[in-house]
Amino acid sequence: MATLPFELVSPERLVFSGAVTEVIVPGAEGEFGVLAGHAPFIGMLKPGILTIKADGAARRYFVRGGFAEVNPAGLTILAEEAKPLEELDLGALAQQIQDAREDVNDATGDDAKQRASRHLADLQQVYEALERDRTGATTH
Amino acid sequence: MASLKDLRNRIASVKATQKITKAMQMVAAAKLRRAQMAAEAARPYAERMETVLGNLAAGIIGGGQAPVLIAGTGSDQKQLLLVATGERGLCGAFNTSIVRLARERAQQLLGEGKDVKFFCIGRKGYDQLRRIYPDRIIELVDLRSVRTLSFKDADAIASKILSLLDQGAFDVCTLFYAQFKSVISQVPTAQQIIPATFEARDADAAGPVYEYEPAEEDILADLLPRNIAVQIFRALLENQASFYGSQMSAMDNATRNAGDMIKKQTLIYNRTRQAMITKELIEIISGAEAL
Repeated sequence: MATLPFELVSPERLVFSGAVTEVIVPGAEGEFGVLAGHAPFIGMLKPGILTIKADGAARRYFVRGGFAEVNPAGLTILAEEAKPLEELDLGALAQQIQDAREDVNDATGDDAKQRASRHLADLQQVYEALERDRTGATTH
Repeated sequence: MASLKDLRNRIASVKATQKITKAMQMVAAAKLRRAQMAAEAARPYAERMETVLGNLAAGIIGGGQAPVLIAGTGSDQKQLLLVATGERGLCGAFNTSIVRLARERAQQLLGEGKDVKFFCIGRKGYDQLRRIYPDRIIELVDLRSVRTLSFKDADAIASKILSLLDQGAFDVCTLFYAQFKSVISQVPTAQQIIPATFEARDADAAGPVYEYEPAEEDILADLLPRNIAVQIFRALLENQASFYGSQMSAMDNATRNAGDMIKKQTLIYNRTRQAMITKELIEIISGAEAL
């Protein structure tokens, strides 16, 4: 199966670099999958879970803030925060949700308020999904 | 003339100093390596960000309606100088050279009748600037408690600056930091971050035609504030590497100077000791002859 070069970059370091078969990206306007030969594309990210499929195995990362760029040379994702799901601390995420909630309260103007509450909703969604994941993993 | 005991004490104290400077040099060398690695790790992000922004901005600038962060506020009357220095001294001319560059720029701007404000990152620059422009400093960010620089620190600074911009506190923001060239050379640099400047690129050299989701303007509106944080983060990392590089060579110099001093003092000590022995011998001999 055709592979595409993929790089996941955070401001602090290069988180992932290699050839993959598919990446599922949490885009601001819905999740999208990128396969080899995708048309050139730039899209924003929402806080969410990024899935990388390579050699039949899937790896999952938490990403927040940034954008994805697809060009003939491959897919590059610049995220303000990017870490493997296993390293993600639920407590830290809860803190982020708390901050986001304060942002919503502090926001002035409809536009800013809307953006802040969307951010909050996205974070909460990730949190719930993760919680379900972890409790599911322990009971089975 | 100093007595033998005085000389001995002096040599011992210089030796102690030399040990300290030597240790500091080695610590700085280890930290420099880490700072350099951090700066290198951060490079891909900043580079890609710049490419994408350049692509986006090239399309927008032609379109007229450009955001404030690219087009500016339409004036350059109020200038904000963002001065990033170290938190500690004992690092040669590192802090001073950054402050000097900022001060020269400030003088030039003041001469042109502009309004100049300072935003200090790092205590040392603040201490120096406070003496010259006590009422032009609007903010001090202290990074002393930060052990390893993370993007969050830069982000916090960026959001402070952006809220200042929203309040109309300044029109143009220039960032001062030391670019890391090598251990012996750190270049104080001024970089204008607001309004952002992008390298002009040829229209024919434009890359593939991208599809945007959401619209180009929205992406740009989101990315430009992030870019400020990225630029600050990069400058802080460069600064850190420069700081340790500067400290390392300053401590290397200090160690060498202490070595020279020890050699000189030991020479004086030995000479004095010998002079005393000779004097005593003469006294004994002339005493014996007198008998």
